[in-house]
Amino acid sequence: MNKKWWLMALVFCLVLATISPLASSSPDGLEKVAEDKGFINTGGEATFEVAAGYIFPGIENEALTTIMAGWLGILALFTIVYGLAWLIKSRKGKATTE
Amino acid sequence: MHIPDGFLSAAAVGTTYVISAGGVANAVRVARGKIGEKHIPLMGILAAFVFAAQMLNFPIAGGTSGHIIGAALVAILLGPWAAVIIMSVVLIAQSFIFQDGGLLALGANIFNMGIIASFGSYYLYRLINSLLGNNRRGKLVAGFVAAWGSVLLASIACALELALSGVSPMAVVLPAMGGVYALIGIGEGFITIAVLSMVMSTRADLLKLQRI
Repeated sequence: MNKKWWLMALVFCLVLATISPLASSSPDGLEKVAEDKGFINTGGEATFEVAAGYIFPGIENEALTTIMAGWLGILALFTIVYGLAWLIKSRKGKATTE
Repeated sequence: MHIPDGFLSAAAVGTTYVISAGGVANAVRVARGKIGEKHIPLMGILAAFVFAAQMLNFPIAGGTSGHIIGAALVAILLGPWAAVIIMSVVLIAQSFIFQDGGLLALGANIFNMGIIASFGSYYLYRLINSLLGNNRRGKLVAGFVAAWGSVLLASIACALELALSGVSPMAVVLPAMGGVYALIGIGEGFITIAVLSMVMSTRADLLKLQRI
């Protein structure tokens, strides 16, 4: 019952990423202000690129590549933060037993 | 609101890196004493949710879009220091993997969307919740205002950094940023209370976790 809720929550996040190709592609608030106020060009190019602009490397289809990048990010962040939280908690356990 | 590299001066980059590094270190220290079995999956899920929800730009007026920050939802459910940890990991991943937000600007982005948005929303929520009473309506109204306020506060912090970096005068960039993000904050408010009410009706116990 409990596990099912967490699984549903994770699936809900994956569904959000799946509809992300429908998201607005207009400039975001900061970009728009930078364009309007004439400082957009002070921004530099990224020094290296992994999956810049939410593009999954090697996948050409525009919608699919965004969805894949989203899924990758969701699973990576769930795992990393879950692991980090577990690690922080277990270090607390160590401190009390030492 | 992810600042790219190039916008901030060396002084702004250095200052925000120092503050954010200190904030994250303290967040881990605080979390070590308070984190429990039930916090762990919620922290993971909220990190995943914040990342996913930030991909969903919604249109606002004038050919502009915005997405939620998510710090308010996390701070309301888990407390401000836990929110600092979660937001920082999301922002680091966005910067390193997706080049969303500059590497040099990472300290500023963590400061604005991690620290300012988390603490701003947490205390706004507590204040309004205590004024309106700790019932469903009180929680949702407080959640909406806290979420809206977190976006506005983060945008003001961002505007100050831009002005102090000399890219645009304070009198220009502050009202421009505040105006756009006051609108985007409305979206943050609605999405925050939609998720809060979903959690309330399916897992009310998660609202009773000790805040970190």
